[in-house]
Amino acid sequence: MHSVVCIKQVPDSAQIRVHPVTNTIMRQGVPAIINPYDLFALEEALRLKDRFGGTVTVVTMGPPMAEAALRKCLSYGADDAILVSDRSFAGSDTLVTSYALTATLRKIMESMPVDLIFTGKQTIDGDTAQVGPGIAKRLDYQLLTYVSKIVDVDLEHREIRVERRAEGGVQLLKTTLPCLITMLEGTNEMRFGDLDDLFRAARYELKVWDRTVIGIEDPETVGVKGSPTVVSKVFAPRPRSQRAEIIDLQDDSPKNLASTLLARMFTQHPKLEREIAKRAR
Amino acid sequence: MNEQARKPARKKVELDPRFVSYRHVWVFIESERGEVHPVSWELLGEGRKLADALNVDLCGVVIAGPGERGKGICAEAFGYGADKCYLLQDPVLADYRNEPYTKALTDLVNTYQPEILMLGASTLGRDLAGSVATTLKTGLVADCTELLIDTESRNLAATRPTFGGSLLCTILTQRHRPQMATVRPRVMAMPDADPSRRGEIVEVPFAMLETSIITKVLEYIPDDSRDKPNLPFADIIVAGGRGLKKPENFALVWDLARVLGAEVGGSRPVVQAGWIELDRQVGQSGKTVRPKLYIAAGISGAIQHRVGMDGADVIVAINSDPKAPIFDFAHYGIVGNAMTVLPALTEAFKAHLAQARKAG
Ligand SMILES: Cc1cc2nc3c(=O)[nH]c(=O)nc-3n(C[C@H](O)[C@H](O)[C@H](O)COP(=O)(O)OP(=O)(O)OC[C@H]3O[C@@H](n4cnc5c(N)ncnc54)[C@H](O)[C@@H]3O)c2cc1C
Repeated sequence: MHSVVCIKQVPDSAQIRVHPVTNTIMRQGVPAIINPYDLFALEEALRLKDRFGGTVTVVTMGPPMAEAALRKCLSYGADDAILVSDRSFAGSDTLVTSYALTATLRKIMESMPVDLIFTGKQTIDGDTAQVGPGIAKRLDYQLLTYVSKIVDVDLEHREIRVERRAEGGVQLLKTTLPCLITMLEGTNEMRFGDLDDLFRAARYELKVWDRTVIGIEDPETVGVKGSPTVVSKVFAPRPRSQRAEIIDLQDDSPKNLASTLLARMFTQHPKLEREIAKRAR
Repeated sequence: MNEQARKPARKKVELDPRFVSYRHVWVFIESERGEVHPVSWELLGEGRKLADALNVDLCGVVIAGPGERGKGICAEAFGYGADKCYLLQDPVLADYRNEPYTKALTDLVNTYQPEILMLGASTLGRDLAGSVATTLKTGLVADCTELLIDTESRNLAATRPTFGGSLLCTILTQRHRPQMATVRPRVMAMPDADPSRRGEIVEVPFAMLETSIITKVLEYIPDDSRDKPNLPFADIIVAGGRGLKKPENFALVWDLARVLGAEVGGSRPVVQAGWIELDRQVGQSGKTVRPKLYIAAGISGAIQHRVGMDGADVIVAINSDPKAPIFDFAHYGIVGNAMTVLPALTEAFKAHLAQARKAG
């Protein structure tokens, strides 16, 4: 069984701070991590390998530094890792990202057929959840998003059953391999890699593929040029027309602060006072 | 990649000639088992404004199984502002599945050629939007917080938060049509329904055989929704952030919430730290809420949090830092230590309620 897991290296958003004066983000010293949602995809692929044997390949499209994220995946037990990196990819939107990743997957399939493609449900930086569906459509694979559980895999009949989180409930779905799964968060827990894998990961010669290796001839089909969406402006959110009415009486007690707030709020918003009074009953 | 790395576009880009005839604004009306997701009505409210700015029709797309109340849904959509509804009903469309729904919506777009197509950013909407946009090779902007029309170019200016910073970005799809966007539930206001409004139903046949569809739904297990917090529809929310310092201090948030009969919410860091459940996260990657009163304690007001609660009628912020960004958009601000202000507020509301009770 051959699973390919698509991952992304992202800045650890939990450690990002916004500069209090300039309102821009302070990236310095923010560590890069594997997109946390992708770890659920990788762990699920590793579990299938534990059960059925086979190979887990991890793929990422990104700058050269994304190599670190791939090595981390190898240390968890992934077998092979491919970094797809090319200057012309800079500024790619989700449509182009799925294009380049699909070209990469096709290249992988030339040497080994793929049974399952995994992605996380979305990234923590872009938050779009569009790349997984994009790859599935381009490959004409069945798409299973928000999978909470792989119920079983029948390799002989090439069938898989999964539970999928739908809006108001859970769907039990059956489909055929190969297919693409986007894994829901919280569905498993990433293992600790063993020492052998740790050493192997450090030494492993991972593959670095550029645009031409994956067969994308025209640089205008990727990056900013190839992307249908363009960013027309970046701006700071507008403050409300009036800044907050600040209740900040240096020497006043919290008790007085609270009653000042209520008094002002209820005078200016009588409807809110009635709403809260309803709760007295 | 992320928007951050992308430079704003400078020169004007012309629409591809294949798309110049594309007209009208469409909203995908999401329904499961005859139940319409309220985000669809919110989108019709927003779509009405876009259609009026463009001077075109607002159309709903209703996809359902044959036994479901498709025409009833269309009638409701007219009440919320649609001029026309495309209705597809077929046995293979009874349960949501990516393959037949993608085909249904993609074929419809290719036949009737809308310039804008909007979907709710629900699990269903995201699954479908990403698939349809890729099949059509057009642009899709996820989780928009504002949608405007540039009347000259007829471009849709779709605004969403950028990564990390307290910044927003506006994204255009200049050369391709339709311009696609998803919007999260509760981001746009629910329009008032006018049941007397009428519209035109266009019934469209759908030819796809069950035998040609690979994925099968074996079972559907509805959620047990009791005991689950429902922040998006709560009238009052008390929320806490990292400024509360310790998980134990979150009890102060629960105390105030109990007195007010409010739901408890929080920022992403406190959810990630496990102080409260995921269902209670407010913001871009959590829930969007529209309460009558939102009390935020120890929350800085980062854009990713703000977009989830900006629609609240009254926002009260408690923060020890007078320069915290949340004071830029809260209505009332208390500069102070949340650990002492929260209990004082709890007492003040208790006293107020006791008085209201006495007054009858
Ligand atoms: C893609 C993406 C998606 C995101 N999605 C979300 C989301 O859905 N929801 C969300 O909330 N965040 C989200 N974030 C994170 C967001 O950018 C902020 O990091 C987060 O909202 C900050 O949370 P906070 O205000 O609790 O913490 P902080 O920013 O650390 O702020 C703590 C605040 O508490 C104040 N404070 C400190 N001590 C006290 C005290 N004793 N009394 C009173 N106040 C005190 C401080 O002055 C400060 O303003 C997302 C980020 C990214 C990149």
